[in-house]
Amino acid sequence: MARFVTRRVASAILLLFAVSVVVFGIFEVIPSYNPARAIAGRNATTTTVQQVSEKFGFNKPVYVQYGNTMKLIFTGQIVDYSDNLNVVQQFGQRFPVTASLVIPAALIWMAGALLFGSLSALRAGRLMDRGLTVAAIVGVSIPVFLLAAVLLYAFAFRLPWFPNTGYVQLGDNPAEWAYHLILPWIAIAALSVGFYSRVLRASALDVINQDFVRTAKAKGLSERQVFVRHVLRNSLMPIVTLFGLDFAALLGGAALVTETVFNLPGIGQYEAQAIGNLDVPPIMVGAMFTAFFVVLFSALSDVVYALLDPRIRLTG
Amino acid sequence: MALDSADDRGAAGVVVTAAPRDLSPEGRQPSAIGPWRLAGRRLRRNKVALFFLALFVVIVAMCLLAPVYSAHIAGIGPNTNNITGTVSVAGKQQDVVSLDGVPIGPTWGAHYLLGADTNGRDLAVRLLYGGRTSLLIGAIATVIIIVLGTLAGLLSGYFRGAADFILRPLMELIWSFPVVILGVALGTALAIGGIGPVKGNSVYIPAFIIGVVYIPYLGKPIRGEVMRVRNQDYIDAARVQGMGHWRIMFSEIMPNVSSTIIVFVPLILASSILLESYLSFLGAGVQAPNASWGTLISDGLDYLQTTPTFSLIPGAMLVLTVLSINVVGDGIRDALDPRAQVRVRT
Repeated sequence: MARFVTRRVASAILLLFAVSVVVFGIFEVIPSYNPARAIAGRNATTTTVQQVSEKFGFNKPVYVQYGNTMKLIFTGQIVDYSDNLNVVQQFGQRFPVTASLVIPAALIWMAGALLFGSLSALRAGRLMDRGLTVAAIVGVSIPVFLLAAVLLYAFAFRLPWFPNTGYVQLGDNPAEWAYHLILPWIAIAALSVGFYSRVLRASALDVINQDFVRTAKAKGLSERQVFVRHVLRNSLMPIVTLFGLDFAALLGGAALVTETVFNLPGIGQYEAQAIGNLDVPPIMVGAMFTAFFVVLFSALSDVVYALLDPRIRLTG
Repeated sequence: MALDSADDRGAAGVVVTAAPRDLSPEGRQPSAIGPWRLAGRRLRRNKVALFFLALFVVIVAMCLLAPVYSAHIAGIGPNTNNITGTVSVAGKQQDVVSLDGVPIGPTWGAHYLLGADTNGRDLAVRLLYGGRTSLLIGAIATVIIIVLGTLAGLLSGYFRGAADFILRPLMELIWSFPVVILGVALGTALAIGGIGPVKGNSVYIPAFIIGVVYIPYLGKPIRGEVMRVRNQDYIDAARVQGMGHWRIMFSEIMPNVSSTIIVFVPLILASSILLESYLSFLGAGVQAPNASWGTLISDGLDYLQTTPTFSLIPGAMLVLTVLSINVVGDGIRDALDPRAQVRVRT
């Protein structure tokens, strides 16, 4: 276990370092990209560009700039170009909104996947099973922002059942918090349920034919016990992998389109605004933030494997 | 996600002999059917896949005919502004863009069939041209991914050693970014300056970005397949015969991983078109004055409450296109390998 943790942490640090170099490289080393010009605006004069370049240190060697940027990020002093806001502070303030959006949505889609996946594995070939095939393929064909727009139009504008915008903090009023977030939750969860159910179904059908399931039945366990304890537990692995990656990406800011459509002040919306303004620091911090979650959750899903299946040892 | 298991693909490679249905007078031997024709037959029996293939062909044809529609029906180019113009709707002249800047909604006539945008451009014309852009970007990105992903997978799976040592961490690195985030970062950086001679607002930039971002999604599974194939006896036999590395790679290994590549083609095309829409929606993809379905959906959102068709019609085109590619891809996969499970993440 200790060895697993050390190796995992070491490789995570290495990967995050590589990620930071790549992200920095994208914005600073690409020859035709001139950050000073981006800050100065599209129609700036050469002198203005030079002044900006001096002020932000863009005329220094690349490795010095890299060092400076990383120092600014890790000491929490980096500011964005457009409003001079502290980027790290912004992420800290906005993260609860993103978490409020993503965590319940993830719970909804996992619960849905467990329910529908199990049911369709138990009744393979029936109507619901076929319905799920359709739901899965439709789900991977619709971009989240479009479903979000459709939901917003149908249930906030056409039928004014839900508010069309805004965010209420969980601490202020839990009921209002949920009421404002129901449509965004559905937008994120709905598209994933079908695909996750299909994956769970496929893996459950593989497990159902294995010897230990027959043994469990033979020793007299009820149908339900056999399914929940033996089949389901052994077929969770593929969706744990998927879930780790998808959840990490969303938590790290990949929910930016949903936040944009529903006007939720999360980190994704901040990043989306930064894209619009060609504002580099929030995008840079955002990319590293996401990569951090991806690395974290891929390690966590390895731990979950070991919990689900004692045959797996954590050796890194 | 990896393909299901190795044994399944072996089954597709088995040559099945057809029943001797039409023996010619000379008493010819019944011909054996190869795996490809067998798969083709299975695909032809899949009515749903064929329907969606037809739908896809219709959408592509519509988008390719955009210039014809633009010149002969709408009579306005995709980037032609017309802020002060008027259009006759049911016999009455109406402003294309009202004095307070609100564009006209769908007229359901030859001019401004789907309405205008804030610059007075004809949205129906832009929808078709935008579709061309979206499909073109998807196609270019798919070619990049297939060529480079296959090459990376072949090199790192076959040579292992140094090639694997360089290529594998590179693929892992790209893979550890969520595609939207990496795409957005690259898109923002390149939209300003372009790459070399390619201008920042060129449609080749998003195509290139999507190509780079998705390489590992093909490269990793191909690498795994190659690692499996290269240990087979017939590779040793080829080596003993004195074949060179490149020849072994392309004439011995390639044919054995080609069904994996084919299964991935529609998936990658669908994912590329989707990713393009995400990037364009966020402003990091197709840049003005060009349109794509993603930018049209995004532009229309401002009028979602009053004129939802601005967003929803390009949205419907996008979804129908991606859906038809996915259904056809599913059919191809079932035909080649009935038990595989693959997905490319967006």
